[in-house]
Amino acid sequence: MNRPLRRVALGCLVLFGLLLLNVNYVQVVKASDYRDNPSNSRVLLRTYERERGPIAVLGPDGVAREVLAASTRTEGPLTFLRTYPGGPAYAHVTGYYSLVYGRTGIERSQDRVLSGEDDRLFVRRLSDYVTGREPSGGGVLLTLDPAAQQAAVQGLGSNRGAVVALDPRSGAVLAMASNPSYDPSKLSSFEPAMIRSYYEQLLQAPDDPLINRAISKTYPPGSTFKVVTAAAALREGGTTAETPVPSPPTLDLPQTSTDLQNFGGGTCGGDPISLANALRISCNTAFAALGLRVGEQALREQAEAFGFNNDDLSVPTTVATSVFPSDIAPPSLAQSAIGQFEVQVTPLQMAMVAAGIANNGQVMKPYLVREVQAPDLSRLDLAEPEVYKRAVDPRVAAELTKMMQLVVAEGSGVRAQIPGLSVAGKTGTAQHAPGRPPHAWFIGFAPAEDPRVAVAVVIEDGGSLGSEATGGALSAPIARDVMRAVLRR
Amino acid sequence: MTRADAAAPAAPTGRGTELVLTTFAVLIAMLAYAAVGLAVDGRLPSGIVGYGLGLGVLFLAAHLVVRSVAPYADPLLLPCVALLNGLGLVVIRRLDFAAAERAAQFGRSIPSGEAPRQLVWTAVGVLAFAAVLLLVRDHTRLQRYTYTAAALGLVLLLLPALPVLGQTINGARLWIRVGPMTVQPSEPAKLLLILFFAGYLVAKRDVLSLASRRVLGLDLPRGRDLGPVLLAWAASLAVLIRGKDLGSSLLFFAIFVVMLYIATERTSWLVIGIGLFAGGAFTAYHLFAHVRRRVDTWLDPFADPERSGFQLVQSLFGFGTGGVTGTGLGEGRPGTVPFASTDFIMAAIGEELGLVGVMAVLLIFALIVERGLRAALSCRDSFGKLLAAGLAFALGLQVFVIVGGVTGLIPLTGVTLPWLSYGGSSIVANWALIALLLRISDAARRPAPAPVTPELARAALSSAETQIVRRPKAEGDTR
Repeated sequence: MNRPLRRVALGCLVLFGLLLLNVNYVQVVKASDYRDNPSNSRVLLRTYERERGPIAVLGPDGVAREVLAASTRTEGPLTFLRTYPGGPAYAHVTGYYSLVYGRTGIERSQDRVLSGEDDRLFVRRLSDYVTGREPSGGGVLLTLDPAAQQAAVQGLGSNRGAVVALDPRSGAVLAMASNPSYDPSKLSSFEPAMIRSYYEQLLQAPDDPLINRAISKTYPPGSTFKVVTAAAALREGGTTAETPVPSPPTLDLPQTSTDLQNFGGGTCGGDPISLANALRISCNTAFAALGLRVGEQALREQAEAFGFNNDDLSVPTTVATSVFPSDIAPPSLAQSAIGQFEVQVTPLQMAMVAAGIANNGQVMKPYLVREVQAPDLSRLDLAEPEVYKRAVDPRVAAELTKMMQLVVAEGSGVRAQIPGLSVAGKTGTAQHAPGRPPHAWFIGFAPAEDPRVAVAVVIEDGGSLGSEATGGALSAPIARDVMRAVLRR
Repeated sequence: MTRADAAAPAAPTGRGTELVLTTFAVLIAMLAYAAVGLAVDGRLPSGIVGYGLGLGVLFLAAHLVVRSVAPYADPLLLPCVALLNGLGLVVIRRLDFAAAERAAQFGRSIPSGEAPRQLVWTAVGVLAFAAVLLLVRDHTRLQRYTYTAAALGLVLLLLPALPVLGQTINGARLWIRVGPMTVQPSEPAKLLLILFFAGYLVAKRDVLSLASRRVLGLDLPRGRDLGPVLLAWAASLAVLIRGKDLGSSLLFFAIFVVMLYIATERTSWLVIGIGLFAGGAFTAYHLFAHVRRRVDTWLDPFADPERSGFQLVQSLFGFGTGGVTGTGLGEGRPGTVPFASTDFIMAAIGEELGLVGVMAVLLIFALIVERGLRAALSCRDSFGKLLAAGLAFALGLQVFVIVGGVTGLIPLTGVTLPWLSYGGSSIVANWALIALLLRISDAARRPAPAPVTPELARAALSSAETQIVRRPKAEGDTR
């Protein structure tokens, strides 16, 4: 019986050999696949074991920090609990950090820094490893100005809408508010049941509190888009703010039997009127005719020069694409020229339009992260402003600034005036669905001579004023308060 | 010792080696236990002294029993088993910590741990080990109980199918309720059936090795001798269908076929066995949804990672997370793998001790299996040979089936990992198994008793006084 016995012994060795080969395959070749698989719950649990870095802003004095999100040590098995002292006012910027729903906002886009895995923290990690110090994540310092953010949130009040304020010189985001908001702490607790019920409640809410309206939702820009149409017209040699433009009471749209009317059905106080005047009183027929004159291609190129139709902008949270349509028939082109039809923008995009004009025609790339910091809050990386687009040349920017100043000085935007300061701006009242109150818009910047803040405000569905709402009545004062907060006036 | 020493310088017993190695095994287990406590609580675990003493006393007792009643037994088997058992206890204790942590997290009451119960079962196992060694002084006498073992084994296998006694746990009907605890009778049944196979095959091997004709180089058995193998096949299928126990079914059939092959030395039995297995597997795949699900999950565990693939996917995550060196005891999250303390205990070892730990455990198992087969090789009687081979092969195959299953090498079937998995029936049965192997290896390694014949006595006398003339060995004498 010894011959079969030896063979069985050999067979057993083969079986063990197969097992050894296979565990080598599983634990060496496939190891990182399995270790980092998103459905491997260890991936998330592991991240709760080290202290996550804080998200903060600089306070009013520019030195002290205000913490928006921090990790606090607890006794539970998930060591570090994420809390948000910044609360709902900053929720859409910070995002949440949830056991159940993952992470959003800065928590998501700066995850590698906050969790300590970023390459810039490599040396630190190495020394943690060598010294046995508990590893912790780096900090993120945002560009937001707490006073401006406060003004934006207060200005929105109970209205649905969004506010974005930029530093036109650098692109730094000074305020980014979206209303309604939510409490990110409640989504970042250690109670999955509570997290789920709160999240479900937010999902069911009719006004989408989870959406960051400032960058994730698009609206028709309405008359604020006339600034872009004006820019396209001014590009043509010889056109200035004083150039007369046709401004009939009604404009016969080519290829259709319908006419395009002015807001409220009135006239524009003469025909023709100067381009500046047309912008001041927001004359629909004048800009629709201008749009038809410059043509689809020139208008689209101008819009794209401000950043439209670009789908890879992130601040570093991803921004929805603002759209200027292509291949449009003349009647639709006329509609598009006054910011209707299929033109769709994020509030950030409109703030970039204002900021580009304010910055001599150069649109700076908007950014939220000012500084990446080591766990001891020493600086690792400082944001460097970048030119994003060259929208118009300085001459056109100057003409547009002059015209927008007129809008605030004696036009539809008078409620954006700041005493002792010249403000440039443009209102918008965008129809978006039959029978629904319009969206109220305002974009602008100040001081007009040396702009330090550009802002865009949108209030959905006429806000508290309903169908009576206009950008000038509802949004201009919010923009004014935000600009005053930035300028400390 | 004395008589052997006096008779010849050869035949070391190896008991000293066994004692040193067993002590070493207990030390490793204690260090591992300390590592768990330090990682989880930051201090030495409270029960470490009692635990170490408990294990030490148990394994020392086992060693003393071997020393007194099986002095020539293989000295490696006991330390290997002690190491596996000790390591299993540590991992189970570690999983208790994880379960307590999870309970605290969800505000549930903290479950009483499995480790203390496993320690009690280990004690029962060592008792069974001692009882087998003490009661079975000569393994050939077990051959008398061939048919008793068969009857008992079959009864044990059928028990879970009974209405009141049987318990269905996790979809398989493998357990019976005895008072407050559940027992998995297929584990002791495995031993009894191997005993039966050995006795039966030794008695019938001459008939079974008769060939009727030669086909393609194979000596096929006579048609009427196919009876037993067909019966074993049918019984295996019955276990599969009735109890949904894929693992045991495969195990019993394979053990029988391999023992049949060893007994008859006829490769044709292996071929017939593999053919029957393939046919059975094919039919089962097409007839039974639970078999099909297992195979499909094995082919693509990530097709449905939340439901049918959940166990395997979690197990693979555990192994992958461990990587080469593992997270370290107490530093991983082995609690996320379902059934981590029983069928999936290898995943917990893979996560916290890494590839290194898994390979070490596999090599220890391989060592036990090969030492068992060596005992079979050197055993002088056919029954002992066959019994040892059956036991060793059963052990090796069981390790292959469960470790292959949890690492995705073969479809997953629920069998325990001997000495490591939590579970009383398994640990007691496997301690009895190793006792039988030790008994046979003792008989195999024991120096042949000096034949006391008049010539030899005279030769001894004469060589004592007169000049020694050593004759050159003849060529034919070496055999």
